[in-house]
This record gives sequence, C-alpha cells and structure tokens, in this order.
Amino acid sequence: MNVFMIVVLGLLVVCAIATSVTKSLLASVVIFMAYSLLMCMVWMCLQSPDLAVTEAAVGAGVTSVLFFIALKKIHAIRGDEEEDHHEEK
Amino acid sequence: MKKNNGASFWQKLRELDQVSWDNPLDKQLCQAVGDESEDEKRESDPFDYAMHEAQLDERRERLYLEERLQLGMLHAWSGRQGLRWLEIGYRVLSLLFCVAIITFLMTTVLALPPLGAENNPTNNEVSQRYIEKGVAETGSVNMVTGMILDYRAFDTFGESTVLFVAACSVLLLLKLGEHTPDAPSLSMLEAEYDDRHHEPKNDAILQMAARILVPVILLYGIYIVLGGHLGPGGGFSGGAVMGAGLILYLNAFGFEKTGRFFTYKTFRWVTFLSLMTYAGLKSYSFFMGANHLNSGISLGTPGAILSSGLILPLNICVGLIVACTMYAFYTLFRKGGM
Repeated sequence: MNVFMIVVLGLLVVCAIATSVTKSLLASVVIFMAYSLLMCMVWMCLQSPDLAVTEAAVGAGVTSVLFFIALKKIHAIRGDEEEDHHEEK
Repeated sequence: MKKNNGASFWQKLRELDQVSWDNPLDKQLCQAVGDESEDEKRESDPFDYAMHEAQLDERRERLYLEERLQLGMLHAWSGRQGLRWLEIGYRVLSLLFCVAIITFLMTTVLALPPLGAENNPTNNEVSQRYIEKGVAETGSVNMVTGMILDYRAFDTFGESTVLFVAACSVLLLLKLGEHTPDAPSLSMLEAEYDDRHHEPKNDAILQMAARILVPVILLYGIYIVLGGHLGPGGGFSGGAVMGAGLILYLNAFGFEKTGRFFTYKTFRWVTFLSLMTYAGLKSYSFFMGANHLNSGISLGTPGAILSSGLILPLNICVGLIVACTMYAFYTLFRKGGM
C-alpha cells in the first residue's frame, strides 16, 4: 500500500464523517460528491477502471443531482426564491 | 383519579353515544321528539323533558372533564419524564446498534483472505477459463465486458429489468396526471408553475458552459458505450454519462428545448425496444447453445470496433436504457412529468 492510497483512504474516512456531521444539507451533498470522486480514485488504484467510470458518472453525477432536486423540493436550499420574496415585499 | 377507571370510562362514553337508540323505550322517545316538534314535547311534559336534558348534560360534562384530566396528566407525564426516557433509550439503543454493526463488519473483514493470495476461493477454474479463453470465446479485449455481456449476460438482463422496474415505480409514485399535454390537469399546471418559479431560467454562464460541455459529454458517453468491448466502460457507465449530459442540457435550456427530441413517448418506446432487443438477441444466443457454437455470428478480429459478436449491440441497448432512465428520473423528481 503506497502513500497515495493511504492519503486517499484517510480522506475517504474524513469525508464519510464530515457528510454525517455537517449541519447544512447542501454542504453534506457536496462532501458526498467528493467522497464519490475519492472512491473513484480508489477503484482506479485497485485496477478496475470500469467501476471507476461508473462511480464517477453515477455516484458523483446523477445521485448528487437527484439529491439536489430533493433538497430543492423540501426548500432546504436558500436562493433566488428568498430574493424574490424580498422584492415582492 | 383512579387509575383503573380507563375501561369503564370508555364504556360509559360508548353507552352515552348509543343512548336511546338500542333501548326501545328511548327509541320511542327520540322518535317522538323527532316527529313532534320540540315545543310540543316541552309543553306536554316540560318538567320531565328538562330533567332528562339536564341529566344528559351533566353526564356529558362529567365525562368531558374526566377525559381532559386524564389526557392532561398524560401530557404532563410525557413532557416531564417521557421525553427524557425516550431520549435516553434512543441514544443507548443507537449506540448499541452501531457498536454491534461495527463489530460484525470488522469481524467479517478480519476473516477475509488477504488480497491476491494464491489459494483464495476466488482463484478457481472459472476465472482461469475467463482469463485464458475469454478473448477467444467472446472476442472482447476488455475481459470485464466479455464476462458481464457474454458469459453472464442473463444477469445483466436482470439488472436492466431491475432498472426498468425502478423507473416504473418512480413513474407510479411521481408522475402527475394523464399523458395528455393538450389538457393538463390542475396538479400538472401547479407543478409547471412551481418549476418555472423556482428555476433560474436563461442563466448566461450555465448556458455557455452547457453549450461547450454537453456535446463533449454526450460524445464521451457514446464513446464509452461503443468502446465497451475494447477498453474500460460499457453500457451502464456510458449510459449514465449520457444521462448526466442530457440533465445538464435540460438544466441550462429548459423543457421546451429538450421536449423537441425527448418526450414521454420517446422514453417509453426507446426503453421498451431496447429491452426487447436485448431479450431477443440473448434468447437467440441461448437458443443456439449459449456458446456461439453455430449461431452464425462471427466474433471478428479482437480489437476491432465491429467485433465480439453480440456484445456491441447489447452494450448499445443497455446504454440507451440507462440514459433514458436517468433522464426520466430527473424530470420526474423535478416536476412529475416530461
């Protein structure tokens, strides 16, 4: 196990803990994306590029987008909506 | 307040509810009250009537007070001690649960054989055959694709069907109204308004980025799908990449632009035809002996793009299914339709 692998695995643990500890849901999802990208590197180091491509596309891409949509539906992301509200007032 | 009063309390309440309907005399009374006018009844026997009313009122009042007292005590208890007990119990249980799971997983990991050891159970004649004869039998340079789309294509068919079933469940749960764009229902209009209201449309930066990125992403997805038997990749990953590209395009330009080439009808037909093609091709392969003995499909030269028999069309089918399903998931989550 080389140094790079140890660093990546350590970051994986850090990301996993940060995902569950972070208060903001949006930040949590972004950290989860980072977790997926690190996992993608781990797959590459384990010599399975097929899995790495899938992990990058599904784990970091589509899953996070679905999470963002869910957060938007429950109004957990603050953004233009509030600005509109202020303008109306 | 007596503690064992609960059962009799509810019984009494029930009796009060059923008063005068089960009892023939009372029924008569009620019918009489109903038939005659209230005034008449009161005039004929004013004292009795008033007494009856007063008694009923009193019983109702008493039962009501009793109920309130009991509920109030319950509320007070749950506020004072119940919540605390619940919190302590919850924490202890979750801690125990986590420790148990960690112990179980760690024990399993310790019991696993070391990675890449010579006498691992995975190192048997099956993988040996895959490694030695894989290229000759499947024509696929990428051994993984040769495995999942040739030796174990039936498993992959099951996976595609699982994805299809998942898409069906999401459709059942989240699809709004009928599939009639001409006459949208109220909930559909509401979702449409909500979508337009919350979505920042015509974002210049996003549109510029999408204009540059989307073609590259789609091309890369197609490359992954088509090159599945030559290098890393395959139907699933390539399809996911294409789906992500479509989602980015939709986010940048809205439903009007994507609706030109991708509607609900497209989704239905593409998914259906891809699954049927997959099933047909693989049925043919199994029918001819599963090992391409005399199937008449040439494996071609390993390494060429048009090689490895059925793997390329199967990859294309899986890629189309996955891309459509990802896009459909996104649209259904966003506004319950396409």
